[in-house]
Amino acid sequence: MTKKPEFAPETLALARKLMKRYPEGKHKSALIPILHLAQAEFDGWLSPETMDYVAAILNIQPIEVYEVASFYSMFNLKPVGKCHLEICRTSSCWLMGAEDVVAHISKKLNIKEGETTPDGMFTLKTVECLGSCGTAPVMQVGATYFENLTLEKVDQLLETMKSEGKRRSYTDKVQSSNI
Amino acid sequence: MSRKLLLEHDHVPGINTYAVYRQMNGYASVEKALKSMTPETVLEEVKKSGLRGRGGAGFPTGLKWSFLAKPPGVARYLVCNADESEPGTFKDRYLMERIPHLLIEGMITSSFSLGARTSYIYIRGEYYYVANILEKAIEEAYANGWLGENILGSGFSHDMHVQIGAGAYICGEETALLESLEGKRGNPRIKPPFPAIAGAWGCPTVVNNVETIAAVVPIINEGGEAYSKIGIGKSTGTKLISASGHINKPGVYEIDLGLPVEEFIYSDQYCGGIKGGRTLKAVVAGGSSVPILPAELILKTAKGEPRLMSYESLGDGGFLTGTMLGSGGFIVMDDTTSIVKNLYTFARFYHHESCGQCSPCREGTGWMEKILHKILDGHGTLADVDLLWDIQGKIEGKTICPLGEAAAWPVAAAIRHFRAEFEEYVTNPQSIKDVKHYYRLHNLQPA
Repeated sequence: MTKKPEFAPETLALARKLMKRYPEGKHKSALIPILHLAQAEFDGWLSPETMDYVAAILNIQPIEVYEVASFYSMFNLKPVGKCHLEICRTSSCWLMGAEDVVAHISKKLNIKEGETTPDGMFTLKTVECLGSCGTAPVMQVGATYFENLTLEKVDQLLETMKSEGKRRSYTDKVQSSNI
Repeated sequence: MSRKLLLEHDHVPGINTYAVYRQMNGYASVEKALKSMTPETVLEEVKKSGLRGRGGAGFPTGLKWSFLAKPPGVARYLVCNADESEPGTFKDRYLMERIPHLLIEGMITSSFSLGARTSYIYIRGEYYYVANILEKAIEEAYANGWLGENILGSGFSHDMHVQIGAGAYICGEETALLESLEGKRGNPRIKPPFPAIAGAWGCPTVVNNVETIAAVVPIINEGGEAYSKIGIGKSTGTKLISASGHINKPGVYEIDLGLPVEEFIYSDQYCGGIKGGRTLKAVVAGGSSVPILPAELILKTAKGEPRLMSYESLGDGGFLTGTMLGSGGFIVMDDTTSIVKNLYTFARFYHHESCGQCSPCREGTGWMEKILHKILDGHGTLADVDLLWDIQGKIEGKTICPLGEAAAWPVAAAIRHFRAEFEEYVTNPQSIKDVKHYYRLHNLQPA
């Protein structure tokens, strides 16, 4: 990103509104919610420039943003694909075949965990328990939980995502999952 | 047949909307509390009910509320812990997604008792779409006069906000949650002071789990005494159980505490038995942190009595032969399951989720993961099994927050009850049961 990050006016207005949810002088509490907005608006990751911009909005030191962004696993400090495939790997999902799902996607897209396809469409990641153990195995892509996965279902999903070609973010407004 | 106090209407179409929720007698507890009760009498009902924290610790809720400091002129807060991240647990997500107004109603009634002008629902970042459902429900509650200034003309005013997290199991620990709410890294605080004295922004704060707060609704509607008559002994009321793993009917079940474990696993009303007609090998009864138990000890206590789904019965025998009800995350494993591999997924989890403040946890969880990986890779030795035992014992009790214990207990229990399986892995690596893992590791095709 060469151009300086700047929120769209409506996002900036939302950020300012979020900052008013806390007691007087405690607006730093809005940091994590605003980082989510920033990650969604600025290509799915938090560049140093983006984090500095968020620090300026909150009127806090940049280090206060860096230390938080680096602590939470949902914040990407490097670029990721438009569809960040996050597959749960903990106990129940493992019991129900999550490793097969990961191996299948890895083979199909020819990327290993942590890698992005050359076209910038997909990044593959395994994550810890997503709270979807009864509908395991599960994959989160942006705001959506894809549950009770089978390899066929995965193939279909990847096709759909690829043909849509759009970035999926946690902040997307989506319908409820299939539980 | 267990009664349903929380999930009575979970399958009513449109129950996630205000109109339908209200038709089903929604917000009655707020009406009752604000019109005919005082903050003190609400607290009395909660005490009488015997309700215990549903997040995992099982601490009496009324007692926790009674610790809240009330210095004049200082704001007090109620913070709902919706960070649900304990592996095996998904009940809060179900409840919030299906019946968001039940949580909001419980928050208002509880806040009235606690004298909290503002409350926050801290929800894990992965549940972003659930946060949007809650935001919408809160808007509806404002629009219908259940939130805002002077609710029902009672003089009680209340504002409620949803606070989103960003992926950190540790934020389910209440002081880490408060740090995160303040826009910081989720590092647990040293206690004392407890949140009841100095919580959010240094003000007195009560942090309660989603299910705990929701349970306040039937307690106020039906009375604490009626609630206390459900269940068994000091395990009163109903509990949401998240059932997963090798069972025919995974899902969220509301049970009367005291239901026999055997009935829960095998009855068609609940888990419906083991998938594919296989045999039960082990159960993790209360989320990943609690000790795993082999089939014979989860169905019956060491004394030979039927094991019940209650705080006391699951705890019977201590950690030698018992476990904990915990969060109610009930993971069932059949006879094909590798206990060593399952433990590896837990050890990897705790290593990933350790906040890094305390050396025993930061370093120890990493060691345990690596040793288990080595054993699964076929390079383990008998000394490694003893080393695992040694490490877990040196984490337990030596950290600021309970993540240390949560990481140590599963390791201790797996070795305690399944030592032979660990020894088989290290003395006879060809026998490694999880062939898929073994073959993948070596890029071989299974025969």
